[in-house]
Amino acid sequence: MFGTSLLLALKEIRRHKMRSFLTTLGIIIGVASVVTMVSLGNGATQSVQDQVSSLGTNMLTIRPGQGFGRGGGSRPTLFDLDDVEAIRTQIAGIRVVAPQTSTQSTAIFEAQNWSTTVAGTTNEYFQASNLELADGRLFSDAELAAGKSVCIIGETVRANLFRNTDAIGKSLRLRDISCRIIGILAKRGQGGFGQNADDQVVMPLKTAMRRLNGNQDVQTIQVAVEQQFDSGAIDDEISSLLRERRHLRPGMEDDFSIFDSKQLSDTLSGTTETLTMFLGAVAAVSLVVGGIGIMNIMLVSVTERTREIGIRLAIGAVRREVLMQFLIEAITLSSIGGFIGLVVSFAATTVISFGVGLPFMFDFGIAALAFFFSALIGILFGYFPAKRAASLNPIEALRHE
Amino acid sequence: MTSLIKVRGLTKVFGAGPNQFKALRGVDFDVDSGDFIAVMGASGSGKSTMMNILGCLDVPTTGGYRFMGHAVERFTQDQRALLRRRYIGFVFQGFNLLARTSALENVELPLLYRGESRAARHRGGMAALERVGLAAWADHTPAELSGGQQQRVAIARALVTEPQVLLADEPTGNLDSERSVEIMELLTNLNQEGGLSIVMVTHEPDMAAYARTIVRFKDGVVLAVERREECIDVRH
Ligand SMILES: Nc1ncnc2c1ncn2[C@@H]1O[C@H](COP(=O)(O)OP(=O)(O)OP(=O)(O)O)[C@@H](O)[C@H]1O
Ligand SMILES: [Mg+2]
Repeated sequence: MFGTSLLLALKEIRRHKMRSFLTTLGIIIGVASVVTMVSLGNGATQSVQDQVSSLGTNMLTIRPGQGFGRGGGSRPTLFDLDDVEAIRTQIAGIRVVAPQTSTQSTAIFEAQNWSTTVAGTTNEYFQASNLELADGRLFSDAELAAGKSVCIIGETVRANLFRNTDAIGKSLRLRDISCRIIGILAKRGQGGFGQNADDQVVMPLKTAMRRLNGNQDVQTIQVAVEQQFDSGAIDDEISSLLRERRHLRPGMEDDFSIFDSKQLSDTLSGTTETLTMFLGAVAAVSLVVGGIGIMNIMLVSVTERTREIGIRLAIGAVRREVLMQFLIEAITLSSIGGFIGLVVSFAATTVISFGVGLPFMFDFGIAALAFFFSALIGILFGYFPAKRAASLNPIEALRHE
Repeated sequence: MTSLIKVRGLTKVFGAGPNQFKALRGVDFDVDSGDFIAVMGASGSGKSTMMNILGCLDVPTTGGYRFMGHAVERFTQDQRALLRRRYIGFVFQGFNLLARTSALENVELPLLYRGESRAARHRGGMAALERVGLAAWADHTPAELSGGQQQRVAIARALVTEPQVLLADEPTGNLDSERSVEIMELLTNLNQEGGLSIVMVTHEPDMAAYARTIVRFKDGVVLAVERREECIDVRH
C-alpha cells in the first residue's frame, strides 16, 4: 500500500508542476531567509566579540577629564608617575599597569615622512594592549631607565617609511630627536576601537617625557586586571584612590574617567545579540509569510483536489490509501523545499559573510528548526484538507464546489 | 438466476427544511446475476441518484440494499470502497477522469489500487483501451480528448478490473450512433459471453433495445419493469 501511495504521490507532484513549485517556493523562502539572517547575525556578533577581545579583555584605561573631548574650560590635571606607582602598589588584582604619554609627530626616514602617534610607555603597555612583536625585541631595562632613544614601530609606520627594506637598526627622526628602531609590532589589522595600533611609534616613557614632551606628565594609565578579578570592583577602587590623591571632596565630580573594556564588550555583545534577535524575528515573519503562501496554495487547490479524492475513492481507493498519498506528497514537497532552502541559505551565508568580511557562522540549530517548522506547515495544510475530503462519500467529494 | 442486487424501499432526500427534495421515494429494484437492465426515465427522475447508491458511492436516506447477500447499508466507508474495488465497475454520467493524466494511466488506476504489478497494469490498461477503440490515444490526457473519447476512456476504466457488475450512467450519451452501436455490442458481448451483469441508464430506446429488462423511472419511483423476450443478439 505504501508503494502505491508513494508512486501516486510522485506522479501527482510531477503532473502539477506549477502547484508543486509554488508550494515548495514558500518553504524555500521561509527557510532560506530565517537561516541566512540568523547565521549572519551570529557572524556579526562573533565579529564584534573578536574585535573587542583583540583590544585586550579586562583592561581599564584611565584618562584625565570626563568623557571624550568634553570638559571645556580648564584643562584637567594630568597624572604623574606617583599616581601610577600608587595604583600599582595599593590595588590588588592588577596584572600590569602601563603609564603612557602620547603626542602627534611626523616620523621621517630619508626622503619618506609619515605623520603618526608617538607613545611613551613601558613594556607593560604591550602586555596590557595584547600587542606582539613581529620582529626585533622589547625595550631593555637599561633603555627604559636611562631614557635611551630607541623605538618600536607599528606595521603601518614601517610600511610607509621602509616599504620592503629592513627597518630594524635604522634610525627615525621625530622632531629633533633621532631614535633607533629595535622592534616592529605584529600587524593587528582593522578592528580596534579608537586609535589604530598599527599606526604608532612606541618609545620608553622616560625618553618621551624628557625629549619630546619636556614634562613628567602621564596622559593615560592602562591597567590590565587579573583574569579572576572583577574589573568593575577594581574600577571602583582605583576611582576612590585617585579621588583621594586628587583631593576631590565627596559630592565633587570625578576629574578623570575610567574606561572598562569589559563593559564595552558586554554592551556591544548585548547590542549584536539584540540585532540577531531582531533579524531572527524579521526572518520568522518571512517564515510565517512563506507558511501562509503554502497554506494558500493548498487551500486554493482544495476544490480540484477534493474532486481528485472523489474519483480515487469512487474507483476503489480506501481512505487510508488516499491520505497516505497526500501525506507523502506534502512531506516530499516540504522536505524538498526545506532542503533547497537550507542549500540556498548556506550559499547565501557563505557569499555574504565573505563579501562583508564577517566570520562564517552557519547556525545548524536554526536550520533544523526552520526545516521542521516549514515541513510541519506543509504537512498540516497538505494533509488536513485531504483528510476532510476523504471522509466524504465519493459523490459528495465529486460534487464539491 | 441468483440475485446480485436487491434494494427495497430506497429513499434519498437532499437538503433540509424548506429546500428539502425527495429524489427517491421508495424504490424497489432487483438485478439478477447476468441480467442486462436499461433504466429509462425523464431527466431529474432520480436515475443517477439510484445508480450512485447501487454503486456504493452514496448512501440512501432509508431503505435496504443487499449486494450479493450483504447488507450494504451497514457497511463502513472502507468496506464499501473494497466492494467497489472488487465487484463494481462504474461509468459516470460526467466521466470523472483524472485531469492531466493520460488515458492509459486513468484506466490503469483501478488496477493500481488492486495492487497489480506494473506489467499487469499496462497489459490490462491497453487491453481495455483496445476494446473501446482508443489504444492509439493512450498517451492523451482528457483535455486532449473529445467528449465521446473521454466517455470511452471512462468505460474502459470501469471494465478494466473485470467487475461482476457494470453500472453505467448514460454510457453512450456523448457518442454518435455508430460509436454507440459499437459500445453496445461490446457490452452485450461481455454480458452474453462473460456473464457481466449490466445496469445502464439511457434515454435512447435504440440503446435500451439491447437490454433484457427495461426499468422505467418516474419522480423517484419505479413505474414499470418490462421483461423483453426479444433482445438484440450479437452472437452471429
Ligand atoms: N446533491 C444533490 N443535492 C440536491 N439535489 C440533488 C442532488 N443530486 C440530485 N439532486 C436532485 O435530485 C433529482 C434527481 O437527480 P438525478 O441526477 O438522479 O436525475 P437523473 O434522473 O439522473 O436525470 P438526468 O437524466 O438528467 O441525468 C434532481 O431533481 C436533482 O436536482
Ligand atoms: Mg443522470
